[in-house]
Amino acid sequence: MVGSRLARPAAQLLRSSPSALPRSSFQRVSAPAVSRWRTYASGSKEMTVRDALNEAMAEEMEKNSKVFVLGEEVAQYNGAYKVTKGLLDRFGEKRVIDSPITESGFAGLTVGAALAGLHPICEFMTFNFAMQAIDQIINSAAKTHYMSGGIQPCNITFRGPNGFASGVAAQHSQDYTAWYGSIPGLKVVAPYSSEDAKGLLKAAIRDPNPVVVLENELLYGLQFEMSEEAQSDEFVIPFGKAKIERPGKDITMVTLSRCVGQCLVAAEQLKSKYGVEAEVINLRSIKPMDVEAIVKSVKKTGLMMAVESGFPSFGVGAELIALTCEYAFDYLDAPPIRVTGAEVPTPYAQKLEEMAFPSEQLIVDYAAKLLKV
Amino acid sequence: MATRRIVTGLRGALAAWATPLRQHGLRGGMVCSQCQKRWSSVSQRPGSDRVNFPGAVNSLFTTGLEFKRATEDDAMPTYRYLDQEGTVVDKAHSVDLSNEQILKIYRDMVTVSIMDLIMFDAQRQGKISFYMVSAGEEGIAVGSSSALSHNDPVFAQYREHGVYIHRGTSISEFINQCFSTTHDLGKGRNMPVHYGSAKQHVHTVSSTLATQLPQASGAAYALKLANLANPTDEQRVVACYFGEGAASEGDFHAALNIAATRSCPVLFICRNNGYAISTPTLDQYRGDGIASRGVGYGIDTVRVDGNDVFAMRRATLEARALALSGGGRPVLIEAMSYRVSHHSTSDDSFAYRAKVEVEDWKRRDNPITRLRKYMEAREMWDEEKEKTLRSDLRQEVLKAYRAAEKEKKPALSGVITDVYKEMTEEQMEQLRRVKRLVETYPEEYDLSEFDGGMDSVDEVLNGKYQGPSSAKVS
Ligand SMILES: Cc1ncc(C[n+]2csc(CCOP(=O)(O)OP(=O)(O)O)c2C)c(N)n1
Ligand SMILES: [Mg+2]
Repeated sequence: MVGSRLARPAAQLLRSSPSALPRSSFQRVSAPAVSRWRTYASGSKEMTVRDALNEAMAEEMEKNSKVFVLGEEVAQYNGAYKVTKGLLDRFGEKRVIDSPITESGFAGLTVGAALAGLHPICEFMTFNFAMQAIDQIINSAAKTHYMSGGIQPCNITFRGPNGFASGVAAQHSQDYTAWYGSIPGLKVVAPYSSEDAKGLLKAAIRDPNPVVVLENELLYGLQFEMSEEAQSDEFVIPFGKAKIERPGKDITMVTLSRCVGQCLVAAEQLKSKYGVEAEVINLRSIKPMDVEAIVKSVKKTGLMMAVESGFPSFGVGAELIALTCEYAFDYLDAPPIRVTGAEVPTPYAQKLEEMAFPSEQLIVDYAAKLLKV
Repeated sequence: MATRRIVTGLRGALAAWATPLRQHGLRGGMVCSQCQKRWSSVSQRPGSDRVNFPGAVNSLFTTGLEFKRATEDDAMPTYRYLDQEGTVVDKAHSVDLSNEQILKIYRDMVTVSIMDLIMFDAQRQGKISFYMVSAGEEGIAVGSSSALSHNDPVFAQYREHGVYIHRGTSISEFINQCFSTTHDLGKGRNMPVHYGSAKQHVHTVSSTLATQLPQASGAAYALKLANLANPTDEQRVVACYFGEGAASEGDFHAALNIAATRSCPVLFICRNNGYAISTPTLDQYRGDGIASRGVGYGIDTVRVDGNDVFAMRRATLEARALALSGGGRPVLIEAMSYRVSHHSTSDDSFAYRAKVEVEDWKRRDNPITRLRKYMEAREMWDEEKEKTLRSDLRQEVLKAYRAAEKEKKPALSGVITDVYKEMTEEQMEQLRRVKRLVETYPEEYDLSEFDGGMDSVDEVLNGKYQGPSSAKVS
């Protein structure tokens, strides 16, 4: 089941018998609705986000012997969420390594390996546990290149699920995008689809700088289209480039990660209910951020809303709105708004948890208010 | 400050010069337990046969360059009172418990194991979201708990239900936590098994591994001061439980080091059950278990057979006395056992260990059967009593379970309380809206599930909210 994800892995086990589960993390997720109205080009295929991440790592490990994976339960157990499935068998125990339970320890180890010239992928069981290691990420990984006078690069990828899961209570359910996004020296990406996942993770592994890849547990099992191009082992997505997931002329929705899917569903509803066209921008990359894409869209629509699942204070939404005001104020027809997670430690109770994060309905309601429809 | 330190250092050095005998007398312990201060020196004494630097006192000089490593041969021994057949092997000590007390220990262990079976199934049936059993480790929790004072604060990891039950937490209280009912002391804000109770002096379980360890050292420091200030009151220690996997976290090391340097009365009780989810101890650490680390930190340490409830009790009793001696000190107990069940309801352990391994352990050694054999040999127990106890307990657990299933959910106001001491204007407005909404659409909202229906909301709206219960304590 899902409620347990945390204090434990084996989410797989549970997924095989969903009827026994009191909660399903997927019932509220919107991606399948999106693929319904999409027609696939020939040569494309479906792939889950989990498999896309796995493929990205496998391809990069194949290509470059300096790449290795380290984390808790990543090898023998195939990862708490099975993202590293099969990598141990394929690349052996020198390159797929189970760590003792010490996040600051293994994060430090991977940072050291990166400083010594390897290209580690450091998997956190969840980014909630990465808080134990945050000094290594921020004070060492992010700053060493600068503070060494530019002689000491740190080619490292930190990855793992970020944000709330389902039924795992406050200590396991937080979104750290704003935390990492605020640190000079880090690059931060948040994939939504399988293409995003593969392209951004590969780019992260190749990038000579520390990159934080914020995945989302509720997206892992979702299927998305993979274009022929994305299936290639040379497919990478450049940092700092947002993707217009759905073009529109009436309102700009700037969003990331799982909220992209929710915005797409909301946009569809806005169209059928009110006949308005929302433009949905999938940020993909948090730092650097594609401000140009936002400005361009706002020039067209005149209305901007930020949708994200972090806590509201000092969050990604606040940053997006500030940037919009700084660079596109003259094009705004109304004050921009944000839809975010609620200002509470994430509740355990299912209904409250649902209410603590943006829902498609909430996005529709706020957009409608902004649009005055 | 700096000058003072140098002066004290000098004084220490002079004392060492002047009273070589006294220094000699300290050789065994190296640290004077009264003053808890090393002898320090600003310079090496000429011609001495041993090191006398501040960082290492009394280390003999040697001309042999030898790297030390613990080998299997010098593994710390494991203290046992009973053997696997329930026969007393430590003949020098008698069990300090009445038959009645022994029966309570037995009953508590069986209670936990029956409750675990039923709650595990409850998760499988979708009644609760998550569960963790303590199968095989009941002896560690109950045995150690029996040696603590009820007032000793406990910091647990999550597999210590036996501690709560032995302390007097009722089956129903525990199950209500798992079901997040109105009787859940955590008001439904936590995952199942994350139990906590002020009445039982049990700190709420935290999901983040090992964070309880330095907190336990800190709580023990507070107790140390309280013990000193009120020497006629009951002198208390902190009991802190954790797994061998959690002991890899930096927090473990910080906790032991600071408890040792600050002489905090804390019992670190490690449940070494061989696994941390899928990670076996061989991948978790090298060296002689967790116990060797205690020794490294200068902490009194003992390794105990965790499947032997009497050994756990005796070790904890002695450890507690030790922890309270000389103004306080930490003690580490490494309790050896085996995690018989899956890590949690989210885990399938047969993906990483053979079923026969588990079956073998179950058959070979178990804290409950060991005590049962002991009692049977003394004609305190028989098949008939066993049957009755198990069926009675099963009934009791099922009764609590069925009652909890029907219990109301926590009061509606809990959605908003315990964040601010006084309700903010925004919160009041939100509550007013909730009330308006629910009353406008009564068919849409069934408040009968919630304790007191709309009453708790009305109370807050009428200004009766008194702040979180913590605000009333102090
Ligand atoms: C900081 C942190 N990292 C990882 C986890 C995930 N996790 C939960 S329990 C567990 C294993 C703990 O093993 P151990 O301490 O030996 O206790 P046991 O389960 O064997 O009783 C892990 C890795 C966590 N809860 N917190
Ligand atoms: Mg363990």
